[in-house]
Amino acid sequence: MNEIANRFNIDGGPVDFEPGQTILQAALAAGVFIPHLCAHPEFTPHGSCKLCTVTVNGRSGSACTIAAMPGMDVQSDTPELNSRRRVLLQMLFVEGHHFCPGCEKSGNCTLQALAYEMEMLTPHFAHFFPDRPVDASHPDVLLDLNRCVMCELCVRASRDFDGKNVFSLAGRGMASKIVVNSPTGLLGDSDLAVTDRAATICPVGAILPKRVGYKVPIGERLYDPIPISAQVGRLSGATAESGCCGCGSGASGGGCGATASATVAQKEA
Amino acid sequence: MPPPLAAKPKLKIATTSLSGCFGCHTSLCDIDERILELAEVAEFDRSPLTDIKHCSAHVDIGLIEGSVCNAENVHVLREFRASCKILVALGACAVNGGLPASRNALDVADCLQRVYCERGVGRHQVPNDPELPLLLDKVRPINEVVRIDYFIPGCPPSGDAIWKFLTDLIAGRMPRLEHGLLRFD
Ligand code: SF4
Ligand code: SF4
Ligand code: FES
Repeated sequence: MNEIANRFNIDGGPVDFEPGQTILQAALAAGVFIPHLCAHPEFTPHGSCKLCTVTVNGRSGSACTIAAMPGMDVQSDTPELNSRRRVLLQMLFVEGHHFCPGCEKSGNCTLQALAYEMEMLTPHFAHFFPDRPVDASHPDVLLDLNRCVMCELCVRASRDFDGKNVFSLAGRGMASKIVVNSPTGLLGDSDLAVTDRAATICPVGAILPKRVGYKVPIGERLYDPIPISAQVGRLSGATAESGCCGCGSGASGGGCGATASATVAQKEA
Repeated sequence: MPPPLAAKPKLKIATTSLSGCFGCHTSLCDIDERILELAEVAEFDRSPLTDIKHCSAHVDIGLIEGSVCNAENVHVLREFRASCKILVALGACAVNGGLPASRNALDVADCLQRVYCERGVGRHQVPNDPELPLLLDKVRPINEVVRIDYFIPGCPPSGDAIWKFLTDLIAGRMPRLEHGLLRFD
């Protein structure tokens, strides 16, 4: 009997996979971009944002959680799926307060980069304009829940990489929010360090290292020159960004300006 | 053979700023000498460039910067909607509320009190001249008040983005801002 090849199709093109890979992992490794926000190569998939939703043999599912199987027929880059993704992005934008011109993450932000990719011109829906807490109690890290998209990357990074459990998701539905594990609930009273993976993993501007603002000028940041869809190598983990704030330096292990200067600031303190 | 563009009756373009900083109008000026090309096919109706106070009955393209902060903004926006065939939200404030909407988390009365009575110089009272438009309690993007046909995001959108959009629209193409021109910051 012939062995079945570890190969499936995305949008009609063949993608080879290693057993154990998800559709998203296999696609990115093969250089095929599938929009995604809550998935990250270093952490187990979470499947919450649904931006990576693809059609697999006629059924919808999250590319980041479905295991790649031989012979699957996957649709991803279709007008219908992309317009659904645009709607999801619009809902994320109106549900938080995303004033990009006033956000230090602008240009380095995955949410924004995906909105560019999906050609989102307007958030369309009525804005919530929420009033959520901004926690500036930590000497080196800022937490602004108005920009949180609840991807739980900080939760996963703190638990699985830093071994600290600083962050958790609490509440349900509209009341869901990120909470901080400290006696006061404030970041300053937690054992988060700016060198922690959790301090730099946030794909949006909700968790930001302090005192590094505008180190890389707007216009020269990660997604300014090259669209996110053309950065599959980095997104697949082929070029590590571990320890980096997503500043575009591509440095790993704290070599980027943000982490380096934050470390200096911490030593000076 | 179709007549050359310039032989057609000129399009009317109207522009205004609601609660904005005029940055988007400044960006419009950043189309630089291309404004002469624009002038061959279009003329400005109501606009700070012409100082015409009210729109003509039939305007082809209305460009609006700024968000809806007060009663006068609502009035002007409705006039534009009634006069303009195509209404375009120009820039972050018009598209999503922008910087003015940052006050939405605050109480307006408290804001006025703090600014004019506690920190203000001079009379230490909230201005209440009948000529001053009443503030809305929340700042709104313009599509939450009237129907909008197109959106050009950016704070401000670049002159190149505005040019690309206008030339697409005038030539009858679906306006499209590709990577680099589509920006939120
Ligand atoms: S987090 Fe991203 S989308 Fe939100 S304001 Fe900042 S740059 Fe814009
Ligand atoms: S704070 Fe950032 S990393 Fe954490 S859940 Fe919110 S968006 Fe995700
Ligand atoms: S990336 Fe798959 S659900 Fe978020």
